[in-house]
Amino acid sequence: MGVTESLALGFQVALSAQNLAYCFAGVALGTLIGVLPGIGPLSTIGLLFPITFYLPSIPALIMLAGIYYGAQYGGAITSILLNLPGETSSAVTCLDGYPMARGGRAGAALAISALASFLAGCIGTLLIALAGPPLGEWALAFGSAEYFSLMLMGLVGSAVLTQGDAVKGLAMVVVGLLIGLIGTDVNSGLARYAFDVPELVDGVGFTVIAVGLFAVAEIATNLERREPQTAYTGALTSIMPNAAELARSFWPAMRGTGVGAFFGLLPGTGPALSSFAAYMLEKKIAREPARFGKGAIEGVAAPEAANNAAAQASFIPTLTLGIPGTAVMTLMLGAMVMQGVTPGPQVVTANPELFWGIVASMWIGNLMLLVLNLPLVGVWVRLLRIPYRWLFPCVVMFCCVGNYSVNNNPVDVYLCAALGVFGYVLAKLECEPAPLLLGYVLGPLMEEHLRRAMLLSRGDPTVFFTRPISLVFMVATLLVLLVTLKGLDLRIARRE
Amino acid sequence: MHLHRDILAGTLFVVIGAAALLGARGYPVGTAMQMGPGYFPVALGWILILLGALVGLRAARARDWRPLAWDWRPLAWISVSILAFGFLMPRFGLVPALLAMFPLAAAGGRQSRWHEVVVLTLAMSAFAAAVFVYGLKLPYRLFIF
Repeated sequence: MGVTESLALGFQVALSAQNLAYCFAGVALGTLIGVLPGIGPLSTIGLLFPITFYLPSIPALIMLAGIYYGAQYGGAITSILLNLPGETSSAVTCLDGYPMARGGRAGAALAISALASFLAGCIGTLLIALAGPPLGEWALAFGSAEYFSLMLMGLVGSAVLTQGDAVKGLAMVVVGLLIGLIGTDVNSGLARYAFDVPELVDGVGFTVIAVGLFAVAEIATNLERREPQTAYTGALTSIMPNAAELARSFWPAMRGTGVGAFFGLLPGTGPALSSFAAYMLEKKIAREPARFGKGAIEGVAAPEAANNAAAQASFIPTLTLGIPGTAVMTLMLGAMVMQGVTPGPQVVTANPELFWGIVASMWIGNLMLLVLNLPLVGVWVRLLRIPYRWLFPCVVMFCCVGNYSVNNNPVDVYLCAALGVFGYVLAKLECEPAPLLLGYVLGPLMEEHLRRAMLLSRGDPTVFFTRPISLVFMVATLLVLLVTLKGLDLRIARRE
Repeated sequence: MHLHRDILAGTLFVVIGAAALLGARGYPVGTAMQMGPGYFPVALGWILILLGALVGLRAARARDWRPLAWDWRPLAWISVSILAFGFLMPRFGLVPALLAMFPLAAAGGRQSRWHEVVVLTLAMSAFAAAVFVYGLKLPYRLFIF
């Protein structure tokens, strides 16, 4: 099947009334949670995750994907109007978006951010369509050694490249791997770390971890802060940017797309890092860098394009290799597994409707966002006035019902509360929970591939370095580690 | 920076690593070629202890200490509300579980106002019954007598 035919199939799937409706629900919900500060896409997908069991796999994944990229749009709205990033990935947008709003160009900033995101979304979708299948085909040649090295690279990358301390990130990955081991070992049938609790023999549920560690802990930390938010209530005079603004934004948006796509493909880096990198790039190559931070439209276009492109591109390793690059992608991967779809190189050929349907739905979803969000900005802004004291008990409710509905077992709810406490402690100790989630998802797979690779090599660990593809992943992992350790030493030296 | 908390974080990691080793005592380790169920956990346990020690020691060497402010009150209320939901749900049904959960959770918020909490509790319980039981057809009973 050529790309054109495949995309035609995808659009046929995505344009069915049911899938359109779920795509719309996803992007609308995504925008909503992007706008509401204190509720991130990660918690939302975690909360909705159990509900998607009751849906067929394609609409479920289309909706979850819509939430993810919809949140990137929504985050920009609060960044521009309130100087308050709804998502970390749009934190950089505050730098120039908010000054633009104060200068009376709020409408233009919002329009440019939506247009730049749309441009990035289109290119990102095309990239998935073009790069996904060959990558999947290439990955068919992977053996256990390659998979192990690839996962190692992803885990180290996620630990080192996310915000916060690299060593703590690595430790969090290991904690996640250990949590992933809880339950019955597939090879020996031994129940590990189950302590004779029957519920633990099946392992700790994915929803329990995601909701407890992220949503519950997030509420507890949010409640500590005073509520400072005062909405920018100035009227949105003109929505449309003028020709000069459009012209000035085009190339920054294109460059942002490139930066975002690059970071999205790398395991472990997400939209947050890419929007920051795109902003720095624009500032560096600008003719008058002094304009940045004072309402330069390029400073809105580039990061907004970048975070959307990264959000799209991060689907590539998830869908085709079965290796999620970011915490949200681990949720997507978990959803696929729950739906009975085995992620990996065979997805493109075994489930073409699923793969191409999701790809096509992303483009449609981006179009929906563009068409809907510009006229609806006023509505979103009004939603910002919902006080957090009303919101958080509702989120707790979704946490409870969501966890209970997985197995109809109260133990899952109790575990979720316990993990909430653990997540709060981790947040206080400034340990990023995202690498833990990645470790948890990849743990059992990684052990399995390690065992198999070592069995095939008759216990010779050099197998990871003698097979060329594996060697590339290993060298990349070591390079990342070396660079990090070097940076670390410098930091210690400066301190003393 | 991050010193005080890194000593705690490092300790936490060492403790988790040690617990992993302790828990894996009875698991056969096997050989590198024929790995037993204990091989991977033991390896991870040691790696975690090493990383935890690195985090803690790095912190112990530096000077500036940023205070660590804990606020257990919101967390405690949220946890209690979740536990109450888990306890009541299978025994009394969805609506009583939510009627207990909402006020308990709201008690964790500094700005919560009681008359609002009452309205929120009733409205959201009705919403949950409509969406989860009638809409999504989750197999729950609203009340169990």
